[in-house]
Amino acid sequence: MQEIEAKLVDLDFRTEPNSYHHWKISIDGELAFLEMDVDENVCALGGYELKLNSYDIGVDIELYDAIQRLRFEHPEVKAVVIQSGKPGTFCAGANIRMLGSASHFHKVNFCKFTNETRNALEEASKYSGQIYLCALSGAAAGGGYELALATEYIMLIDDGNAAVSLPEVPLLGVLPGTGGLTRLVDKRGVRRDLADVFCTIEEGIKGERALQWRLIDELIPRSKFESKVREKALSFTKTSDRPNNEKGIKLNRLDKKSNETKVRYPFLTMELDRVGRTVTLTLEGPIDDCNNIDTAKCQGGDFWPLALFRAFDDALLHLRFNEPELGTLILKTNGDDSEVSSYSSLLEKNSSDWFIREILLYAQRVYKRLDVTARTTFAFIEPRSCFHGLLAEILFSVDRSYMLDCDENSDLEDAPNISISPLNFEFFRMANGLTRIETRFLGEPESVDRARSLINKKLNGSAALNAGLITFAPDDIDWDDEIRLLLEERASFSPDALTGMEANLRFAGPETAETKIFGRLSAWQNWIFQRPNAAGDESALKLYGTGRRANYDRKRT
Amino acid sequence: MSAEVNYDSLIPNNVDLASDVKLRRAMEQWYPKYLDWWKQMGPDGFQDCDVYLRTAVSVDREGWAQFGFVKMPDYRWGILLAPREENRTIGFGRHMGQPVWQEVPGEYRAMLRRLMVVQGDTEPASVEQQRFLGKTAPSLYDMRNLFQVNVEEGRHLWAMVYLLQKYFGRDGREEAEALLQRRSGDEDRPRILGAFNEETPDWLSFFMFTTFTDRDGKMQLESLAQSGFDPLARTCRFMLTEEGHHMFVGRTGVERVIQRTCEVMNKNGITDPDDIQAIRRFGVVDLPTIQKKINFHTAVTLDLFGSEISTNAANSFNAGLKGRFREHQIKDDHKLENDTYPVAQVVDGEVKVLEVSALSAINARLSDDYIADCENVMKRWNRVIDEHQIRYHLHLPHRAFHRKVGEFSEVRVTPQGLLISDREWSKKYHDWLPSESDLEYILSLMEPSLLPGEFSNWIAPPKAGINGQPGEYEYVRLVA
Ligand SMILES: [Fe+2]
Ligand SMILES: [Fe+2]
Repeated sequence: MQEIEAKLVDLDFRTEPNSYHHWKISIDGELAFLEMDVDENVCALGGYELKLNSYDIGVDIELYDAIQRLRFEHPEVKAVVIQSGKPGTFCAGANIRMLGSASHFHKVNFCKFTNETRNALEEASKYSGQIYLCALSGAAAGGGYELALATEYIMLIDDGNAAVSLPEVPLLGVLPGTGGLTRLVDKRGVRRDLADVFCTIEEGIKGERALQWRLIDELIPRSKFESKVREKALSFTKTSDRPNNEKGIKLNRLDKKSNETKVRYPFLTMELDRVGRTVTLTLEGPIDDCNNIDTAKCQGGDFWPLALFRAFDDALLHLRFNEPELGTLILKTNGDDSEVSSYSSLLEKNSSDWFIREILLYAQRVYKRLDVTARTTFAFIEPRSCFHGLLAEILFSVDRSYMLDCDENSDLEDAPNISISPLNFEFFRMANGLTRIETRFLGEPESVDRARSLINKKLNGSAALNAGLITFAPDDIDWDDEIRLLLEERASFSPDALTGMEANLRFAGPETAETKIFGRLSAWQNWIFQRPNAAGDESALKLYGTGRRANYDRKRT
Repeated sequence: MSAEVNYDSLIPNNVDLASDVKLRRAMEQWYPKYLDWWKQMGPDGFQDCDVYLRTAVSVDREGWAQFGFVKMPDYRWGILLAPREENRTIGFGRHMGQPVWQEVPGEYRAMLRRLMVVQGDTEPASVEQQRFLGKTAPSLYDMRNLFQVNVEEGRHLWAMVYLLQKYFGRDGREEAEALLQRRSGDEDRPRILGAFNEETPDWLSFFMFTTFTDRDGKMQLESLAQSGFDPLARTCRFMLTEEGHHMFVGRTGVERVIQRTCEVMNKNGITDPDDIQAIRRFGVVDLPTIQKKINFHTAVTLDLFGSEISTNAANSFNAGLKGRFREHQIKDDHKLENDTYPVAQVVDGEVKVLEVSALSAINARLSDDYIADCENVMKRWNRVIDEHQIRYHLHLPHRAFHRKVGEFSEVRVTPQGLLISDREWSKKYHDWLPSESDLEYILSLMEPSLLPGEFSNWIAPPKAGINGQPGEYEYVRLVA
């Protein structure tokens, strides 16, 4: 057993607008302005200054929180403008000193999280009726321009100076890793040769040419910048279906208690096994019944599905950033399965309500987060579990599922069952645009129909196995041994090879901009991060700011 | 089987079968299939005879060899492990010094399962290979020995099946079933290792097989008896007590054939051992043909050791799963990370001995130990020839001779170890390996002798009976 590395302070993903250091939210009727004004002296990892609105994980945690809150706490907000609080600068991208000094493991997690946040922002524009625009009042470089690319409308100040740029390749020897390359050609349809030119010009492109090349949507003279931005944002509110007179749902600070071996949230507990290098996440079912949305809204942040998924979301982030050595996540549920079913149908029946829609989209985001978490994921379906509807989706995200099989003679009260609901067929799309059940049965579409015929039926181990909904159904005599061997064997494999294998097997089916970002772009970026040309002492990333030129290994494959 | 079966009396065991629900359930499903297999693939035509057999009912001195008459399908195959040693530690590889594993370490599940499946597969295979021999037995004594070996190979299968069922869950049960489904020599579902798909058409082949191939079994069991997975080590240690008898049957069988040949030569004044025609006229096996059989069986058996230089073997050694022959008696660090070992290889058209990393030479070393063991057998056989003042010596062929696996699989080598061309080989190989007519001749001798105390002409009687029984003892009660 390797010694466990002493940990510095854990990253905490919980924050709220009153404690923001880098962002400011101002609400103005149907509009919200999200202003980036990074405090250069407050950095998350230490050892660098966040100059020129450059960002690190701390800045992005606040952005992530702001996006969440705008969606839940402000049903009335229909358009959001991202802008800068610093004159002459929009955002200089991810902080280079931070990238030069952070561990590989942190860089990869950082990129993944920033990508997820930008995807969430895009999702808000598309499905939540809260449309994001970006007002570039100054230079937007690298991650700064990539943030703009994630919005639906990019306005650039025409002051003869402000440019958009992706200088990573010429300046740093790495990639714009927050979806920039993908969104340039996929989302904005920038011609690939022009994109090639753009991505190799360190100072970027400004003015008319930026407009012509579709790098931005509108060029606004300095004098009219503020009013035009506002005008444009208001025009976007017209397309929104968000309600006008609903109360927002306050997201209170998530209650999280932890010690060396346990982390406890409302409705979710994690048990950390540092010897076996596993984490058991137990998701708890609801403790009261709720059969109408007025009650749900009354309960607000305590409404079971919302409270549970907030915990689930935070738990995954906690594990990614703070527990890198715990390689296997065991997902269990515990609770009253029929209650979970009735909550599931409540969600399904009211999916057009803004609040329920937000919850379903949030659950979709968390499931996507689980999909791209670089850990082995197993679901164990045991007595008292409640893998129904909303929670059954877990079974289709994990790498394998094991269900305890009990024959007719055994105590029926103890026999676990699972049950799928229309939620699993409509609401939770993967990055590839398909549902998890469709992806699972890519090679046997008839199994999707068979699964549909089982909606709302309680399936025991053999039935679930027959329908292909679980991986194995050992009985009680075999269970302990199977599980022990499974976990020990998994822990013995190379973590890198597992990450690569799992990521390749999880995303069957079509490519989308999102799968390209997580697959192609991130994989290349992670490769480049490992190479001497990015990580060595002679690399541009390390030499940045010293005046010395990078010395590259010139071989290409 | 019904729930009332008393397992402890039906299945001699020291693994607490009666109270092990999991194992019992697996056995309940497997046992009937095993019996079907035995009836279908076990000794042909003698299932209803009473045979004087040794049964192991426990591992102590009195229990492991209880003699009595039994019909083979009623034989009490047991699950017996050598007693557990307190505080045993892993004796080699990367986990050296740690306490031995009582459960399968998940990390090595697949590797261990493979080791057991390969070992387990050889046990029923030899029963299948030998199933028709009863009909041509040269005596009731020999017939009984054949059946003894057969039921014990059956028990060896049980031993591996026990480990698979007890420690490997569903996978293990599936593998246990597959062991009953493969068939020696079957085109579609052959046994795993080559030698176990060869025929054993005659009794000389049987004696050669038990001399050479069961001796490979002994080497494998000795290395597995060192295993850090304690149940495997204990199982193999007990199996070794039975393997000794199999090799005894083989070694003394060939010895008695040689004895008879020498007696006949002396009696009839034949001094030239190569005068095959003269010798065969008296219905015995000439020594050059015995040499050819030795050549054949040695080569086929050496192939069973796998490639001399092997990553698999290095891995299982390093993991602490399979050691070397008598690992605990070897004086080195038992980790071999920086050691080398000499291995014969083909270099520039010659057989040369080169030093290679000792870890990757585990198989080479085991086959060296095997060869040394076989040399002792040669000495005993040659002593019989010497006692009859016949100028002839039997030799083990060079390790490179007639190999299909490993360093020498691509080249032609004489029994003396000289590399030769394909053309030379095609001219000479009948001098070194039994020809069709040699085999036909041996087959022609296979007339059964089924009266108590009677022996076929081509083989001498043994020096002593089984369990002190007299020469004319009726070891097998034939039913008409
Ligand atoms: Fe055996
Ligand atoms: Fe044997």
